[in-house]
Amino acid sequence: MAVYEHNYKPYEGALTPSWTRFLVLPRYAYQDLFKYKIFLSLFVLCYVCPLIYTIIIYLHHNTAALQIFGIASGDIIPINGMFFSVFMGVQTSLAFLFTVIIGPVLISRDLANNALPLYLCRPFSRFEYIIGKMSVLLILLSLITWVPGLFLFLMQSYLEGGGWLSGNLWLAWAIFSVSMAWIAMLALLSMAFSAWIKWRTAASAALFAIFIIPTPIGFAIQGIFNTKKGHLLNIGMALNMISWHGFRVNVEDMLFSAGEAWGVWLVYAALCLFMLWRKVRAYEVIS
Amino acid sequence: MDQTPIIELDRLRVEFGKRAILNDLTGGMKGRCVGLLGPNGAGKTTLIHTLLGFHPPTSGTARIFGRDIRKEARDIRTLIGYMPERDAFIANQTCVHFVRLMGELSGLPSDAALERAHEALFYVGLGEARYRKLGTYSLGMKQLAKLAQAIVHGPRLIFLDEPTNGLDPPARKRMLELIREIRDSGRAHIVLSSHLLRDVEECCDEILILKGGNIAANCNLEEERRANRQFIEMETRNATPAFVQSIGSLGCEFAVSGNERFKLVMQEGMELRDLYKLAAANDVQIRRLNFKRDSLEDIFLKAME
Repeated sequence: MAVYEHNYKPYEGALTPSWTRFLVLPRYAYQDLFKYKIFLSLFVLCYVCPLIYTIIIYLHHNTAALQIFGIASGDIIPINGMFFSVFMGVQTSLAFLFTVIIGPVLISRDLANNALPLYLCRPFSRFEYIIGKMSVLLILLSLITWVPGLFLFLMQSYLEGGGWLSGNLWLAWAIFSVSMAWIAMLALLSMAFSAWIKWRTAASAALFAIFIIPTPIGFAIQGIFNTKKGHLLNIGMALNMISWHGFRVNVEDMLFSAGEAWGVWLVYAALCLFMLWRKVRAYEVIS
Repeated sequence: MDQTPIIELDRLRVEFGKRAILNDLTGGMKGRCVGLLGPNGAGKTTLIHTLLGFHPPTSGTARIFGRDIRKEARDIRTLIGYMPERDAFIANQTCVHFVRLMGELSGLPSDAALERAHEALFYVGLGEARYRKLGTYSLGMKQLAKLAQAIVHGPRLIFLDEPTNGLDPPARKRMLELIREIRDSGRAHIVLSSHLLRDVEECCDEILILKGGNIAANCNLEEERRANRQFIEMETRNATPAFVQSIGSLGCEFAVSGNERFKLVMQEGMELRDLYKLAAANDVQIRRLNFKRDSLEDIFLKAME
């Protein structure tokens, strides 16, 4: 079927391994996204905080540099769980921003344009479609959360030496697990909203609402029933708890345990997957 | 024609809720281009969707190229292409980008997908417009783009659901030409679902007619036409009762309308010469005589009775 031949010819070449096909979706999505200079600028901006943290770690181990800037070694921020917790807080906020930009149109555009039958009539399952669309966010958000986080951790380990790495391996795990908890939840929530809400602005608003609205409700329940369990509705709070527990941050008033926080996370994840599974199908059948 | 069925239906039943859409369909499709006909709501699209794996069968099954749609859906989907009835595309993409993406999702490596996307678009006649965004395409161009994405990976079986919907006459002609070209290439089978009998008649060698979720007819059009070669329509002048009687004496089945118009089914051993002889003997003029071929419309209407 060469361009000049104008006849129909079957394809007889090799096929790609089927497990790699879901990666086609993020590749095409990035081609579209990085065409926009504003998106590229925003992406670069996400590395400002890692750069500052890199400088802080460097200064920590360079007394000559500290002297030049006139900073006493005791004045500089200690590198511990709190240090990485704050870093992750900044980066996950940026991840949220990216999710608000990308997430709401991930599936809604395909639904609006009846594209799902085109995907699903190929050797490409609903599960692969969901994983592929999720990878768009997972890969991008990984690049601005746990990847720079682990870079900072390794840099600190290298400069500190003397068994710091082995003594603080839990920090590496915390960086990875907290980041994954955040970015997987952001991806699932945004995709679920994208599947059910066609209007982009409304889907973005829903994403904000899911993090904001449960907070006053939780405090209202706390005030009325004198129980902190009302906050179990709050996925934002649960993610913060996961983060604080993960980084062993001493906060006096922990609203609930790590187990409860992960429980909330799992309930929300299951709910999002259920919503996606209901909506991501070639054709909706009304019985 | 190869007698191995491309699609075998084995008591295939599909229900939505408690409503049966396909009722225990059993049969086989062997043709190079099979026309799927039926009135609205007959189950044509549901049958295609079930074969594509979009709806699970309630009971029974079907086989495509010998592969079971229940157990080997993924394998089947590597062999088929699908052009949906409704507008379907991916937003904000150029046509070549879209077709390439579809090729890659079918398992083609990136370079091969790009090459074949260009080829497919030139083949369907969108070569010059391939870098335009799909949103700017006319309805006819969108239909051709849908055909291009259905053939980009070179499937062995192509499902076309109402491919001429909304096309103006030149675009329709072009679409039907493409379907016939693919059919005649001998490299792919086609299942063409349409409610336009003329489209099916122009392209298909076999038809499956559905009515209320049941198979109303499944026949080979060519064989059907050959069988009807012995059916004659004759118009006469000055036909007498004696002439009518003498036709009966030839031993053929016949019907008369308005004393002058005859419909006859020629019997084995009977020749046209015999009719002319009779007419001459009875001083009757034969003004018109032709073999009547059962049109698809006749077959369809018979099936709908």
